[in-house]
Amino acid sequence: MKHRTEKELIAYREGNSREGEVIGAHLEECAECRAEMERIEVLYAAMDALHVPEPGEGFDSRIWQKIAPRLEVKRAHWWDELLAPRRLGVAGALAAIVLLAFYMGWRTGPHSNAPGIQHAGAGNVRERVLIVAVGEHLGRSEMMLMELENAPTRQGQARVNIASTQKRAEGLVEENRLYREAALQAGDRGMASTLDELERALLDIANSPDEVTPEQFEAIRRRIEAQGLLFKVRVVEQGLEERKAKPEANPQEIQAGAKERKKT
Amino acid sequence: MADEVAISDAIAVERTLAGDRDAFRVLVERHSRTVYRMAYRMMGNAHDAEEVVQEAFVRAYRKLRQFAGNANFGTWVYRIAANYAIDRMRQKKAEESGLAAPSRPDEDGPQADPMNELADGAPSPERLVASAQLGERMRAALEMLSPPERTAIVMRHWDGCGIEEIATVLKSNPNATKNTVFRAVQKLRRALQPFQEGKARAMGTEV
Repeated sequence: MKHRTEKELIAYREGNSREGEVIGAHLEECAECRAEMERIEVLYAAMDALHVPEPGEGFDSRIWQKIAPRLEVKRAHWWDELLAPRRLGVAGALAAIVLLAFYMGWRTGPHSNAPGIQHAGAGNVRERVLIVAVGEHLGRSEMMLMELENAPTRQGQARVNIASTQKRAEGLVEENRLYREAALQAGDRGMASTLDELERALLDIANSPDEVTPEQFEAIRRRIEAQGLLFKVRVVEQGLEERKAKPEANPQEIQAGAKERKKT
Repeated sequence: MADEVAISDAIAVERTLAGDRDAFRVLVERHSRTVYRMAYRMMGNAHDAEEVVQEAFVRAYRKLRQFAGNANFGTWVYRIAANYAIDRMRQKKAEESGLAAPSRPDEDGPQADPMNELADGAPSPERLVASAQLGERMRAALEMLSPPERTAIVMRHWDGCGIEEIATVLKSNPNATKNTVFRAVQKLRRALQPFQEGKARAMGTEV
Protein backbone atom coordinates (compact mmCIF):
# COMPACT_ATOMS: atom_id res chain seq x y z
CA MET A 1 0.00 0.00 0.00
CA LYS A 2 1.39 3.40 -0.97
CA HIS A 3 1.50 5.72 1.99
CA ARG A 4 0.51 9.34 1.86
CA THR A 5 3.16 12.00 2.28
CA GLU A 6 3.30 14.44 5.16
CA LYS A 7 2.45 17.23 2.75
CA GLU A 8 -0.65 15.42 1.50
CA LEU A 9 -1.82 14.70 5.03
CA ILE A 10 -1.30 18.28 6.18
CA ALA A 11 -3.13 19.57 3.08
CA TYR A 12 -5.96 17.18 3.96
CA ARG A 13 -6.03 18.43 7.55
CA GLU A 14 -6.01 22.01 6.29
CA GLY A 15 -8.91 21.31 3.95
CA ASN A 16 -6.72 22.23 0.96
CA SER A 17 -6.43 18.80 -0.59
CA ARG A 18 -7.83 18.23 -4.07
CA GLU A 19 -8.22 14.54 -3.31
CA GLY A 20 -9.78 14.86 0.11
CA GLU A 21 -12.16 11.95 -0.32
CA VAL A 22 -9.44 9.61 -1.58
CA ILE A 23 -7.19 10.48 1.35
CA GLY A 24 -10.09 10.12 3.76
CA ALA A 25 -10.75 6.62 2.41
CA HIS A 26 -7.04 5.78 2.57
CA LEU A 27 -6.90 6.82 6.22
CA GLU A 28 -9.74 4.43 6.98
CA GLU A 29 -7.67 1.55 5.65
CA CYS A 30 -4.07 2.46 6.45
CA ALA A 31 -3.09 2.28 10.11
CA GLU A 32 0.35 3.79 9.45
CA CYS A 33 -1.02 6.91 7.77
CA ARG A 34 -3.70 7.13 10.44
CA ALA A 35 -1.00 7.13 13.11
CA GLU A 36 0.86 9.85 11.22
CA MET A 37 -2.36 11.83 11.02
CA GLU A 38 -2.81 11.51 14.76
CA ARG A 39 0.68 12.90 15.27
CA ILE A 40 -0.25 15.83 13.06
CA GLU A 41 -3.38 16.29 15.15
CA VAL A 42 -1.21 16.48 18.25
CA LEU A 43 0.51 19.50 16.75
CA TYR A 44 -2.82 21.20 16.05
CA ALA A 45 -3.88 20.51 19.63
CA ALA A 46 -0.62 22.04 20.81
CA MET A 47 -1.30 25.13 18.71
CA ASP A 48 -4.60 25.55 20.52
CA ALA A 49 -2.67 25.59 23.77
CA LEU A 50 -0.98 28.86 22.83
CA HIS A 51 -2.80 31.21 25.12
CA VAL A 52 -3.03 34.92 24.41
CA PRO A 53 -3.27 36.85 27.67
CA GLU A 54 -6.17 39.26 27.69
CA PRO A 55 -4.93 42.82 27.37
CA GLY A 56 -7.05 43.79 30.36
CA GLU A 57 -9.93 46.11 30.98
CA GLY A 58 -9.66 49.54 29.46
CA PHE A 59 -7.45 48.25 26.65
CA ASP A 60 -9.66 49.74 23.93
CA SER A 61 -9.76 53.13 25.65
CA ARG A 62 -6.00 53.03 26.19
CA ILE A 63 -5.40 52.39 22.51
CA TRP A 64 -7.73 55.27 21.63
CA GLN A 65 -6.01 57.65 24.07
CA LYS A 66 -2.65 56.78 22.55
CA ILE A 67 -3.62 57.17 18.93
CA ALA A 68 -6.12 60.04 19.13
CA PRO A 69 -3.43 62.78 19.18
CA ARG A 70 -1.98 61.32 15.98
CA LEU A 71 -5.28 61.51 14.08
CA GLU A 72 -5.75 64.79 12.30
CA VAL A 73 -9.41 65.76 11.87
CA LYS A 74 -10.55 64.99 8.35
CA ARG A 75 -12.12 67.69 6.27
CA ALA A 76 -15.15 66.33 4.57
CA HIS A 77 -15.57 66.83 0.84
CA TRP A 78 -19.11 67.12 -0.37
CA TRP A 79 -18.42 64.55 -3.06
CA ASP A 80 -17.26 62.00 -0.46
CA GLU A 81 -20.63 62.24 1.18
CA LEU A 82 -22.46 62.04 -2.12
CA LEU A 83 -20.38 59.24 -3.59
CA ALA A 84 -20.10 57.08 -0.48
CA PRO A 85 -20.58 53.49 -1.77
CA ARG A 86 -23.23 52.77 0.82
CA ARG A 87 -25.16 55.90 -0.12
CA LEU A 88 -24.88 55.06 -3.83
CA GLY A 89 -26.37 51.62 -3.23
CA VAL A 90 -29.24 53.01 -1.20
CA ALA A 91 -29.79 55.83 -3.70
CA GLY A 92 -29.92 53.27 -6.50
CA ALA A 93 -32.50 51.17 -4.70
CA LEU A 94 -34.57 54.26 -3.85
CA ALA A 95 -34.41 55.47 -7.44
CA ALA A 96 -35.60 52.05 -8.63
CA ILE A 97 -38.56 52.14 -6.25
CA VAL A 98 -39.48 55.73 -7.15
CA LEU A 99 -39.28 54.95 -10.86
CA LEU A 100 -41.36 51.82 -10.43
CA ALA A 101 -43.90 53.67 -8.31
CA PHE A 102 -44.03 56.47 -10.85
CA TYR A 103 -44.50 53.99 -13.65
CA MET A 104 -47.25 52.15 -11.82
CA GLY A 105 -48.85 55.43 -10.74
CA TRP A 106 -48.84 56.53 -14.38
CA ARG A 107 -50.40 53.24 -15.42
CA THR A 108 -53.13 53.38 -12.79
CA GLY A 109 -53.54 57.19 -12.68
CA PRO A 110 -56.22 57.69 -15.37
CA HIS A 111 -58.82 55.82 -13.27
CA SER A 112 -59.95 59.17 -11.94
CA ASN A 113 -59.61 62.76 -12.92
CA ALA A 114 -60.11 64.16 -9.43
CA PRO A 115 -56.72 65.35 -8.11
CA GLY A 116 -57.37 64.15 -4.54
CA ILE A 117 -58.33 60.71 -5.74
CA GLN A 118 -55.26 60.53 -7.98
CA HIS A 119 -53.07 61.43 -5.06
CA ALA A 120 -54.60 58.75 -2.85
CA GLY A 121 -54.27 56.24 -5.68
CA ALA A 122 -50.56 57.03 -6.12
CA GLY A 123 -50.02 56.53 -2.35
CA ASN A 124 -51.70 53.16 -2.59
CA VAL A 125 -49.50 52.22 -5.53
CA ARG A 126 -46.37 53.26 -3.66
CA GLU A 127 -47.38 51.11 -0.71
CA ARG A 128 -47.96 48.14 -2.99
CA VAL A 129 -44.61 48.64 -4.68
CA LEU A 130 -42.92 48.69 -1.29
CA ILE A 131 -44.82 45.58 -0.21
CA VAL A 132 -43.59 43.74 -3.30
CA ALA A 133 -40.01 45.01 -2.87
CA VAL A 134 -39.81 44.18 0.84
CA GLY A 135 -41.44 40.80 0.18
CA GLU A 136 -38.77 39.97 -2.39
CA HIS A 137 -36.03 41.12 -0.06
CA LEU A 138 -37.39 38.94 2.74
CA GLY A 139 -37.67 36.03 0.31
CA ARG A 140 -33.98 36.37 -0.60
CA SER A 141 -33.03 36.69 3.07
CA GLU A 142 -35.11 33.66 4.01
CA MET A 143 -33.46 31.62 1.28
CA MET A 144 -30.02 32.58 2.55
CA LEU A 145 -30.89 31.78 6.17
CA MET A 146 -32.35 28.43 5.15
CA GLU A 147 -29.26 27.51 3.18
CA LEU A 148 -27.13 28.42 6.16
CA GLU A 149 -29.30 26.40 8.51
CA ASN A 150 -29.33 23.34 6.24
CA ALA A 151 -25.72 23.52 5.04
CA PRO A 152 -24.18 20.06 5.48
CA THR A 153 -20.94 19.79 7.44
CA ARG A 154 -18.81 16.68 7.17
CA GLN A 155 -17.46 14.99 10.24
CA GLY A 156 -13.83 15.94 10.78
CA GLN A 157 -14.11 18.86 8.38
CA ALA A 158 -11.47 21.45 9.27
CA ARG A 159 -13.10 24.53 7.73
CA VAL A 160 -16.46 25.54 6.38
CA ASN A 161 -16.37 27.94 3.45
CA ILE A 162 -19.14 30.52 3.76
CA ALA A 163 -17.72 33.05 1.29
CA SER A 164 -20.73 32.97 -1.05
CA THR A 165 -23.25 33.27 1.80
CA GLN A 166 -21.17 36.08 3.25
CA LYS A 167 -21.20 38.00 -0.04
CA ARG A 168 -24.97 37.61 -0.30
CA ALA A 169 -25.37 38.82 3.28
CA GLU A 170 -23.23 41.89 2.48
CA GLY A 171 -25.49 42.67 -0.45
CA LEU A 172 -28.64 42.27 1.64
CA VAL A 173 -27.47 44.50 4.51
CA GLU A 174 -27.84 47.81 2.64
CA GLU A 175 -31.15 46.80 1.13
CA ASN A 176 -32.38 45.78 4.56
CA ARG A 177 -31.34 49.10 6.10
CA LEU A 178 -33.34 50.96 3.48
CA TYR A 179 -36.49 48.93 4.10
CA ARG A 180 -36.10 49.14 7.87
CA GLU A 181 -35.95 52.94 7.65
CA ALA A 182 -38.97 52.96 5.34
CA ALA A 183 -40.90 50.72 7.74
CA LEU A 184 -40.00 53.00 10.66
CA GLN A 185 -41.15 56.08 8.76
CA ALA A 186 -44.39 54.32 7.86
CA GLY A 187 -44.91 53.52 11.56
CA ASP A 188 -44.82 49.76 10.96
CA ARG A 189 -42.97 48.87 14.14
CA GLY A 190 -43.46 45.11 13.81
CA MET A 191 -41.80 44.99 10.43
CA ALA A 192 -39.08 47.46 11.49
CA SER A 193 -38.26 45.28 14.50
CA THR A 194 -37.97 42.09 12.42
CA LEU A 195 -35.86 43.92 9.84
CA ASP A 196 -33.65 45.21 12.65
CA GLU A 197 -33.04 41.68 13.92
CA LEU A 198 -32.46 40.48 10.39
CA GLU A 199 -29.91 43.25 9.86
CA ARG A 200 -27.93 42.14 12.92
CA ALA A 201 -27.86 38.56 11.66
CA LEU A 202 -26.82 39.71 8.18
CA LEU A 203 -24.03 41.82 9.66
CA ASP A 204 -22.95 38.89 11.79
CA ILE A 205 -22.60 36.72 8.67
CA ALA A 206 -21.12 39.50 6.52
CA ASN A 207 -18.45 40.23 9.13
CA SER A 208 -17.40 36.59 9.51
CA PRO A 209 -14.26 35.29 7.80
CA ASP A 210 -14.62 33.52 4.42
CA GLU A 211 -13.82 30.23 6.06
CA VAL A 212 -14.83 29.34 9.58
CA THR A 213 -14.24 26.37 11.82
CA PRO A 214 -17.22 24.02 12.27
CA GLU A 215 -17.54 25.40 15.84
CA GLN A 216 -17.74 29.01 14.60
CA PHE A 217 -20.22 27.92 11.95
CA GLU A 218 -22.39 26.22 14.56
CA ALA A 219 -22.23 29.35 16.73
CA ILE A 220 -23.56 31.48 13.86
CA ARG A 221 -26.36 28.99 13.26
CA ARG A 222 -27.23 28.85 16.95
CA ARG A 223 -27.43 32.65 17.20
CA ILE A 224 -29.84 32.76 14.27
CA GLU A 225 -31.90 29.87 15.65
CA ALA A 226 -32.03 31.38 19.13
CA GLN A 227 -33.61 34.53 17.73
CA GLY A 228 -36.25 32.51 15.88
CA LEU A 229 -35.35 34.74 12.97
CA LEU A 230 -36.45 32.47 10.19
CA PHE A 231 -39.88 32.15 11.79
CA LYS A 232 -40.22 35.92 12.28
CA VAL A 233 -39.19 36.59 8.67
CA ARG A 234 -41.80 34.10 7.47
CA VAL A 235 -44.51 35.73 9.62
CA VAL A 236 -43.75 39.18 8.15
CA GLU A 237 -43.61 37.67 4.67
CA GLN A 238 -47.00 36.05 5.24
CA GLY A 239 -48.42 39.40 6.38
CA LEU A 240 -47.07 41.06 3.25
CA GLU A 241 -48.52 38.32 1.08
CA GLU A 242 -51.93 38.92 2.64
CA ARG A 243 -51.65 42.67 2.10
CA LYS A 244 -50.58 42.05 -1.47
CA ALA A 245 -53.50 39.69 -2.09
CA LYS A 246 -56.03 42.27 -0.89
CA PRO A 247 -57.84 43.89 -3.84
CA GLU A 248 -56.64 47.45 -4.50
CA ALA A 249 -58.73 49.89 -2.52
CA ASN A 250 -61.26 51.81 -4.49
CA PRO A 251 -60.00 55.40 -4.95
CA GLN A 252 -63.26 56.80 -3.57
CA GLU A 253 -62.84 54.63 -0.44
CA ILE A 254 -59.29 55.88 0.00
CA GLN A 255 -60.43 59.47 -0.34
CA ALA A 256 -63.26 58.85 2.14
CA GLY A 257 -60.81 57.18 4.51
CA ALA A 258 -58.39 60.08 4.21
CA LYS A 259 -61.21 62.55 5.00
CA GLU A 260 -62.19 60.49 8.05
CA ARG A 261 -58.57 60.50 9.30
CA LYS A 262 -58.41 64.29 8.83
CA LYS A 263 -61.51 64.74 10.98
CA THR A 264 -60.03 62.79 13.88
CA MET B 1 -19.07 59.21 22.06
CA ALA B 2 -22.34 61.07 22.03
CA ASP B 3 -24.26 58.21 20.43
CA GLU B 4 -25.55 55.60 22.80
CA VAL B 5 -26.98 53.37 20.09
CA ALA B 6 -24.43 51.06 18.47
CA ILE B 7 -23.74 52.25 14.95
CA SER B 8 -22.57 50.03 12.14
CA ASP B 9 -19.00 50.10 10.89
CA ALA B 10 -20.10 51.59 7.58
CA ILE B 11 -21.80 54.51 9.32
CA ALA B 12 -18.81 55.04 11.62
CA VAL B 13 -16.54 55.19 8.55
CA GLU B 14 -18.82 57.69 6.84
CA ARG B 15 -19.01 59.89 9.91
CA THR B 16 -15.25 59.81 10.32
CA LEU B 17 -14.81 60.86 6.72
CA ALA B 18 -17.34 63.62 7.30
CA GLY B 19 -15.02 65.06 9.95
CA ASP B 20 -16.30 63.35 13.12
CA ARG B 21 -13.04 61.96 14.48
CA ASP B 22 -14.74 60.44 17.51
CA ALA B 23 -16.74 58.14 15.23
CA PHE B 24 -13.44 56.36 14.57
CA ARG B 25 -13.29 55.47 18.24
CA VAL B 26 -16.24 53.11 17.71
CA LEU B 27 -14.15 51.22 15.17
CA VAL B 28 -11.09 51.14 17.41
CA GLU B 29 -13.06 49.85 20.38
CA ARG B 30 -14.92 47.29 18.28
CA HIS B 31 -11.95 45.75 16.49
CA SER B 32 -8.84 46.38 18.58
CA ARG B 33 -9.00 43.13 20.57
CA THR B 34 -9.27 40.94 17.47
CA VAL B 35 -6.31 42.75 15.97
CA TYR B 36 -4.44 42.45 19.28
CA ARG B 37 -4.84 38.67 19.46
CA MET B 38 -3.46 38.25 15.96
CA ALA B 39 -0.63 40.71 16.67
CA TYR B 40 0.27 38.95 19.90
CA ARG B 41 0.62 35.60 18.14
CA MET B 42 2.71 37.20 15.43
CA MET B 43 4.95 39.31 17.64
CA GLY B 44 5.10 36.99 20.65
CA ASN B 45 4.71 39.67 23.34
CA ALA B 46 2.17 42.20 24.60
CA HIS B 47 4.31 45.29 24.11
CA ASP B 48 4.96 44.73 20.41
CA ALA B 49 1.39 43.53 19.87
CA GLU B 50 0.01 46.76 21.28
CA GLU B 51 2.32 48.77 19.08
CA VAL B 52 0.99 46.87 16.04
CA VAL B 53 -2.59 47.62 17.08
CA GLN B 54 -1.90 51.33 17.46
CA GLU B 55 -0.06 51.62 14.18
CA ALA B 56 -2.71 49.62 12.31
CA PHE B 57 -5.49 51.95 13.42
CA VAL B 58 -3.48 55.08 12.70
CA ARG B 59 -2.76 53.77 9.20
CA ALA B 60 -6.37 52.77 8.72
CA TYR B 61 -7.49 56.27 9.73
CA ARG B 62 -5.09 57.92 7.31
CA LYS B 63 -6.10 55.64 4.44
CA LEU B 64 -9.80 55.67 5.23
CA ARG B 65 -10.70 57.45 1.99
CA GLN B 66 -9.14 54.55 0.09
CA PHE B 67 -11.30 52.09 1.99
CA ALA B 68 -13.48 50.72 -0.76
CA GLY B 69 -16.53 50.20 1.43
CA ASN B 70 -17.22 46.88 -0.27
CA ALA B 71 -15.09 44.96 2.21
CA ASN B 72 -15.82 45.08 5.89
CA PHE B 73 -13.77 47.37 8.09
CA GLY B 74 -12.73 44.61 10.50
CA THR B 75 -11.15 42.56 7.70
CA TRP B 76 -9.47 45.65 6.28
CA VAL B 77 -7.84 46.82 9.51
CA TYR B 78 -6.85 43.22 10.28
CA ARG B 79 -4.97 43.09 6.98
CA ILE B 80 -3.28 46.41 7.63
CA ALA B 81 -2.17 45.10 11.03
CA ALA B 82 -0.94 41.80 9.55
CA ASN B 83 1.11 43.68 6.95
CA TYR B 84 2.60 45.94 9.57
CA ALA B 85 3.35 42.97 11.83
CA ILE B 86 5.25 41.25 8.99
CA ASP B 87 7.35 44.37 8.49
CA ARG B 88 8.05 44.64 12.22
CA MET B 89 9.02 40.97 12.44
CA ARG B 90 11.44 41.42 9.56
CA GLN B 91 12.87 44.51 11.13
CA LYS B 92 13.35 42.75 14.44
CA LYS B 93 14.97 39.73 12.82
CA ALA B 94 17.30 42.00 10.89
CA GLU B 95 18.20 43.90 14.05
CA GLU B 96 18.83 40.67 15.93
CA SER B 97 21.02 39.23 13.21
CA GLY B 98 22.71 42.57 12.56
CA LEU B 99 21.91 42.26 8.87
CA ALA B 100 19.81 44.39 6.60
CA ALA B 101 16.26 43.15 6.21
CA PRO B 102 15.91 41.03 3.07
CA SER B 103 13.52 42.31 0.46
CA ARG B 104 10.06 40.86 0.66
CA PRO B 105 9.84 38.62 -2.43
CA ASP B 106 13.16 36.90 -1.75
CA GLU B 107 12.43 36.06 1.82
CA ASP B 108 9.75 33.55 1.05
CA GLY B 109 11.23 32.60 -2.28
CA PRO B 110 13.11 29.51 -3.36
CA GLN B 111 16.50 30.71 -2.05
CA ALA B 112 15.32 30.78 1.53
CA ASP B 113 15.34 27.22 2.77
CA PRO B 114 13.04 27.13 5.75
CA MET B 115 14.36 23.78 6.88
CA ASN B 116 17.92 25.10 7.03
CA GLU B 117 16.72 28.02 9.03
CA LEU B 118 14.98 25.66 11.39
CA ALA B 119 17.95 23.35 11.63
CA ASP B 120 20.17 26.29 12.57
CA GLY B 121 17.92 27.84 15.11
CA ALA B 122 15.52 25.15 16.25
CA PRO B 123 15.07 24.80 19.97
CA SER B 124 16.93 21.68 21.06
CA PRO B 125 15.00 18.87 22.77
CA GLU B 126 16.62 19.98 26.02
CA ARG B 127 15.35 23.50 25.51
CA LEU B 128 11.90 22.19 24.71
CA VAL B 129 11.82 19.87 27.71
CA ALA B 130 13.05 22.69 29.91
CA SER B 131 10.11 24.86 28.88
CA ALA B 132 7.56 24.52 31.63
CA GLN B 133 4.49 25.13 29.55
CA LEU B 134 3.38 23.80 26.22
CA GLY B 135 2.36 27.33 25.29
CA GLU B 136 5.94 28.40 25.89
CA ARG B 137 7.20 25.62 23.63
CA MET B 138 4.83 26.71 20.95
CA ARG B 139 5.88 30.32 21.33
CA ALA B 140 9.52 29.29 20.97
CA ALA B 141 8.69 27.22 17.90
CA LEU B 142 6.81 30.11 16.32
CA GLU B 143 9.90 32.26 16.78
CA MET B 144 11.71 29.93 14.40
CA LEU B 145 9.34 30.60 11.52
CA SER B 146 9.99 33.19 8.87
CA PRO B 147 7.63 36.22 9.02
CA PRO B 148 5.48 34.96 6.09
CA GLU B 149 5.23 31.48 7.60
CA ARG B 150 4.30 32.85 10.97
CA THR B 151 1.74 35.18 9.42
CA ALA B 152 0.28 32.34 7.37
CA ILE B 153 -0.11 29.94 10.28
CA VAL B 154 -1.51 32.60 12.64
CA MET B 155 -4.06 33.76 10.10
CA ARG B 156 -4.93 30.22 9.06
CA HIS B 157 -5.05 28.33 12.29
CA TRP B 158 -6.06 30.84 14.94
CA ASP B 159 -8.08 33.32 12.93
CA GLY B 160 -9.60 30.89 10.41
CA CYS B 161 -8.67 33.04 7.38
CA GLY B 162 -9.05 31.64 3.89
CA ILE B 163 -6.04 30.93 1.68
CA GLU B 164 -6.99 33.80 -0.66
CA GLU B 165 -7.06 36.27 2.19
CA ILE B 166 -3.69 35.12 3.48
CA ALA B 167 -2.29 35.30 -0.05
CA THR B 168 -3.44 38.93 -0.26
CA VAL B 169 -1.58 39.83 2.91
CA LEU B 170 1.53 37.93 1.83
CA LYS B 171 1.30 39.45 -1.66
CA SER B 172 1.54 35.93 -2.97
CA ASN B 173 -0.64 33.50 -4.89
CA PRO B 174 -2.88 30.79 -3.38
CA ASN B 175 -0.64 27.86 -4.32
CA ALA B 176 2.48 29.48 -2.90
CA THR B 177 0.46 30.37 0.20
CA LYS B 178 -0.64 26.76 0.67
CA ASN B 179 3.03 25.81 0.56
CA THR B 180 3.86 28.49 3.10
CA VAL B 181 1.21 27.09 5.45
CA PHE B 182 2.59 23.59 4.89
CA ARG B 183 6.16 24.69 5.63
CA ALA B 184 5.00 26.43 8.80
CA VAL B 185 3.19 23.30 10.03
CA GLN B 186 6.16 21.13 9.09
CA LYS B 187 8.62 23.37 10.95
CA LEU B 188 6.42 23.46 14.01
CA ARG B 189 6.21 19.67 13.94
CA ARG B 190 9.97 19.34 13.82
CA ALA B 191 10.42 21.88 16.57
CA LEU B 192 7.89 20.18 18.81
CA GLN B 193 8.94 16.62 17.93
CA PRO B 194 9.99 15.58 21.47
CA PHE B 195 6.69 16.78 22.86
CA GLN B 196 4.80 15.11 20.04
CA GLU B 197 6.49 11.79 20.70
CA GLY B 198 5.43 11.82 24.33
CA LYS B 199 1.93 12.87 23.45
CA ALA B 200 1.60 10.30 20.67
CA ARG B 201 2.64 7.54 23.05
CA ALA B 202 0.04 8.76 25.47
CA MET B 203 -2.47 8.48 22.65
CA GLY B 204 -1.39 4.90 22.01
CA THR B 205 0.43 5.47 18.73
CA GLU B 206 4.13 5.11 18.28
CA VAL B 207 6.26 7.57 16.42
